[in-house]
Amino acid sequence: MSTVLENLVNQPYQHGFVTAIEAETAPKGLNEDIIRLISSKKGEPEWLLEFRLKAYQHWLTMTPPQWANVQHTPVDFQAITYYAAPKQKKKLKSMDEVDPELLKTFEKLGVPMNERAALAGVAVDVIFDSVSVATTYKQKLADVGIIFCSISEAVREHPELVRKYLGSVVPVGDNYYAALNAAVFTDGSFCFIPKGVKCPMELSTYFRINTQDSGQFERTLIVAEDGASVSYLEGCTAPKFDTNQLHAAVVELVAMDNADIKYSTVQNWYAGDEKGVGGIYNFVTKRGLCRGVNSRISWTQVETGSAITWKYPSCVLRGDNSVGEFYSVALTNHYQQADTGTKMVHIGKNTGSTIVSKGISAGHSNNSYRGLVRIAPTASGARNYSQCDSMLIGQKCSANTFPYIDVRNPSGTVEHEATTSKIGEDQLFYFQSRGIGAEEAISMIINGFCKDVFQQLPMEFAVEATKLLGLKLEGSVG
Amino acid sequence: MKNTNAKTLLEARGLTATVAGVEILKGINLTVRAGEVHAIMGPNGSGKSTLSKVLAGHPAYAVTGGKVLLDGADLFALSAEERARAGLFLGFQYPVEIPGVSNSGFLRLAYNTVQGARGKDELDPLEFDDYVREKMKLLEMDEGFLDRSVNDGFSGGEKKRNEILQMAILEPKLAILDETDSGLDIDALRIVAGGVNALLTPDNACVLVTHYQRLLNYITPDYVHVMESGRIIKTGGRELALELETRGYDWVVEETRNATEVSA
Repeated sequence: MSTVLENLVNQPYQHGFVTAIEAETAPKGLNEDIIRLISSKKGEPEWLLEFRLKAYQHWLTMTPPQWANVQHTPVDFQAITYYAAPKQKKKLKSMDEVDPELLKTFEKLGVPMNERAALAGVAVDVIFDSVSVATTYKQKLADVGIIFCSISEAVREHPELVRKYLGSVVPVGDNYYAALNAAVFTDGSFCFIPKGVKCPMELSTYFRINTQDSGQFERTLIVAEDGASVSYLEGCTAPKFDTNQLHAAVVELVAMDNADIKYSTVQNWYAGDEKGVGGIYNFVTKRGLCRGVNSRISWTQVETGSAITWKYPSCVLRGDNSVGEFYSVALTNHYQQADTGTKMVHIGKNTGSTIVSKGISAGHSNNSYRGLVRIAPTASGARNYSQCDSMLIGQKCSANTFPYIDVRNPSGTVEHEATTSKIGEDQLFYFQSRGIGAEEAISMIINGFCKDVFQQLPMEFAVEATKLLGLKLEGSVG
Repeated sequence: MKNTNAKTLLEARGLTATVAGVEILKGINLTVRAGEVHAIMGPNGSGKSTLSKVLAGHPAYAVTGGKVLLDGADLFALSAEERARAGLFLGFQYPVEIPGVSNSGFLRLAYNTVQGARGKDELDPLEFDDYVREKMKLLEMDEGFLDRSVNDGFSGGEKKRNEILQMAILEPKLAILDETDSGLDIDALRIVAGGVNALLTPDNACVLVTHYQRLLNYITPDYVHVMESGRIIKTGGRELALELETRGYDWVVEETRNATEVSA
């Protein structure tokens, strides 16, 4: 590998810092008492505690999945802290009362000004002056009857809705990490779009891992009723730690008749250092259920972080004519490992799915696409199109594609295309000989490679994603 | 032949270079002045393409000795992109394909980078579109070209035209065209050569690296150099190319060997 390339892909993580905020922390380890503690801390109803305990019992009987193309030392689940919440604070009256450490964190991450206040826990109606963006935001949503809040708040305010849908897409015993999440999830987002409502804006949430050694178990539930539509954005980044952190989130999406859910993620968690020490283990279960006819669920992800990524945002296409989409860019560098892809399960008639996966590997990293397309006997007229492209930067990285195709209906159509390409010295030299520096050249090639996926992202996210990939590969470190 | 008082754009003295540890260039001396066209000819493996790449700064080649000045500045103190910004242009023998990157985006970034380095104004996408379409006429290029990916799926002739289009856009002081004629049919050759001729001015210069003299029927060189085993062994005028065409390279090599033996 040329030195130019090597220098470019060896930029340190820029978002590595720890916010020194005191956290209220449970003792390490997992048992029924810890689960009861979490549940009582959060003031949960009995049914939710039962949900957790049932999941925990299930989890005890399971073993961690071994089939992914990743390698890591076993996670010590007893060494993890399962409950850590920032100390309970009164609602703050203005940004001046916010912990300066937290403000610095937002600064480094470039969190938009109007979101900082909300994230810092400032009562949204007093932020800034009369042109408070956040207030308008909340008000606009309430006006059309949309519920968008933390899942804890939803459990308190809308227990019947949460109870109806929680675990309906990803059952408590679905897989090892999903069961763990169901037992110990601490927070996440809840979003409910009532019948016929088109959400007037993009909904976004930032997730942060803030306490060292505390596993993160978010739980997100999005429900779109008949004819409703929503676009949801999830952005992640994390502080730099030497010890591995487990992150096992569960995201459930439910789309009823003619509903449309678009879920976009830009993920930039700490990936470990250039020698592969540290970094987040990101073992996530994301699944959408197209329950109603003509419903549509679309996943778009830009995965650039984590030491290990194990993630398959999937669609279960139960409603007739429903559509599932998966657009993904996964970038790995240094010693990162990613085993990511999707599952498209066709059950309803004339269901359609599209998979576009772009894997970029640099350094010593290992990047795998794993995807399942299943066409059930009931799914007559189902069709799928899959495209899996890999790009290699340098000589020591690897890319793999594991497509599983299971067609049980003779009228199904499945197409799969795959390519592998390489950014080589000659391509870079071509740019350079036209006056364009190597960094800009790589950025241009990568953006070209990822164009099909970036086009799916909401505008501001597309800009962010472009910057992020640039940062990961070309490094703007002075 | 030409005005020897014209500005020297390229001055190479005793240039040696290796690739993968093997010495390919064994002492190149070459002076190119403004307003001149040079042709470098020679058999396969004589080092012609290596010379082009070494001058342009390809990372696979190591310069082991000698000195090269580009418009008076030390060429080897500059990175490949800095050389391009300083006015050096390499027309590739095999232009690489860059899927996903549009020609218009690529050309505009190249143009603006080079313009910026020259202290000139950059063009926005609309202005650049007008500019590039004007240049495209010179090479009789199809409009749809701008939306396609750089060289991706281009025919051999389209790739070569794209190289000359880039030369037209970047307006280099010194253009080195590495076998621009190879793979071109007679019509494409005429268009490409016409494009190059239209770009030549008294202030710039062009070095044509070629196997065959047929390109020189369209672009008239002031000097013809014969390269063999990493050295320029003979320099002549236009007529030398014609002589090579009929007699091949062997006699030049023979002549040089004899001359060396006599002097030894």
